[in-house]
Amino acid sequence: MAAVIGEELAGGTAPGPLRAARRRRSLPVWRWIILVLAGVYFLIPLYAALRFAGIASFGQVVHQTGFSDALILSLKLAVITTVLTLALMVPTTVYVHLRLPRLRRLLESVTILPIVIPPVVLIAGVLQVAPAYLKSTPYLLGLIYVILAMPFAYRSLDAGLRALDLRTLVDASNSLGAGWRSTLWRVILPNLRTALMSATVLTAALVLGEFTMASLDLYQTFPVWIVAFDQTSGPVSTAASLLALFLTWVFLLLIVTVGSRRARRTGGGQVDLFSVVRHETGRPGTGGS
Amino acid sequence: MDPGAVPRPARAAALRRAWALAGIVPFTVYVLLGLGVPAGAIAYGAFQNPDTGHLTLSNVTTATHGIYLHGFLVTMELSVIASVLPGIFGFAIGYAIHTARRGSALRRIAITASGVFANFGGVPLAFLFIATLGTTGIATRWLTDIGFNPYDNGFNLYDLGGVALVYMYFQVPLMVLVILPAFEGLRPAWREAAANMGARTWQYWRRVGGPVLMPSFLGCVLLLFGSAFSAYATAEALTSGTIPLTAIQIGSFLNGNVLAGQQNVGKALGLGMVLIIAVLMVLYTLLQRRAARWLR
Repeated sequence: MAAVIGEELAGGTAPGPLRAARRRRSLPVWRWIILVLAGVYFLIPLYAALRFAGIASFGQVVHQTGFSDALILSLKLAVITTVLTLALMVPTTVYVHLRLPRLRRLLESVTILPIVIPPVVLIAGVLQVAPAYLKSTPYLLGLIYVILAMPFAYRSLDAGLRALDLRTLVDASNSLGAGWRSTLWRVILPNLRTALMSATVLTAALVLGEFTMASLDLYQTFPVWIVAFDQTSGPVSTAASLLALFLTWVFLLLIVTVGSRRARRTGGGQVDLFSVVRHETGRPGTGGS
Repeated sequence: MDPGAVPRPARAAALRRAWALAGIVPFTVYVLLGLGVPAGAIAYGAFQNPDTGHLTLSNVTTATHGIYLHGFLVTMELSVIASVLPGIFGFAIGYAIHTARRGSALRRIAITASGVFANFGGVPLAFLFIATLGTTGIATRWLTDIGFNPYDNGFNLYDLGGVALVYMYFQVPLMVLVILPAFEGLRPAWREAAANMGARTWQYWRRVGGPVLMPSFLGCVLLLFGSAFSAYATAEALTSGTIPLTAIQIGSFLNGNVLAGQQNVGKALGLGMVLIIAVLMVLYTLLQRRAARWLR
């Protein structure tokens, strides 16, 4: 918005704004170069795999042995992980934002740990210490996936919370006589809808794509099945992984689209997965004063 | 400011502060059980003789010599390549997305695609690249047709450089996801102020944008390093173990491919990985602290 207005103002004679205008017009050029490069790098392998798989394989995927069992297990794990992650992370993040803002940086460091502790090490430790009744069920994976999902869940929730004027909302809610639980359910959560959605989708995407831990824990989730099935039929297995990739992406796109449309209507902060913006109030160039 | 800052009797304040910590108990317990205890078990096992249970240094000694030391070095070399290059590429893509109009289709597609690709890996990813840049892959054929066979010019999909190229497929999107919030800290007013004072684009980046974003950029690259460092399935699928990577070595211990008396060497390797990453984490935290000064 500010950039557009800036360009309009730049029609004058001063050399500074003129140069700024030229720079803004040249921006799309380098942007296109970068995006085309990225497109080439990311799309050609997809095209190559698509050609190898052939169109016919896509129809066959559904009928393969083990397909539905693996898919159902993965979906169950995704649901368990998402519910647990939100139940754990939402109250904690809101609480820290409200009552312990000084711990925010610490929480950020702790929740980043799972990205940097190798899953292969984590699963080795878990298999060593987990009690037998947990090790005999695939749902142990769900419990660990909560740890793996923490960095993504925390970051989207944190971004969403930062876009809200949380303190004012809570004070207003309290002064109207709402209790802590009622404030969380009826004030904070509706305002966090987009952040909750992106946390949900990122968690689900992680669970549906996780391979290392599931394979070392010897349970056949969908990604493990894809690999196992590769021995039987390469094209069908490739078709299955392309399908999984595409469906996850469409799902994610849908949620972000719906989420941002709703955020615009309710006037909450807009969150696209990680980044967050306060609503523009149309005041170009006032920040410098 | 904070209502807690109002002066009140010291004991009541201390009690209040301790009580306030109760709200993060569930989270703390979960992290301790799910992350702390397993990591502790690995660390303890690294110093344990698998047969007698006595404490010993022999696992650590084995893990830091011969093929295992070589594994650590190769893993680090791969991680450096596969974090710096995607870091730069992802930074550029992230900035391109950042400058796109808010809510535009380009922005939405790019960001969601990053979320999906950042979680892509393993055999499917390896396969994508074998079909593209393998000896008979599509891109290899295209390049050969225009007179540039990559395999005659030193390229090999199955060596370190090839694996790094494949890693970029999930590293670049990860970089885009983690660097985007940093761009939000780049106030348009700064750019306008620089332009008003006659700064050219490169001057703006050299004096304003660069210094502000540098800590975030380095922090994100460290994160990518950790991600490349711990990647397992992709390299395993692509090279079937011909490149000695620490994560793959640990995996083969878990699968039971071990010599008698060496069962705990895998744990020592795991401890080594965690230690290397811990050093990086400290660096990351320091950088973030520096970055936060500008971003808030």
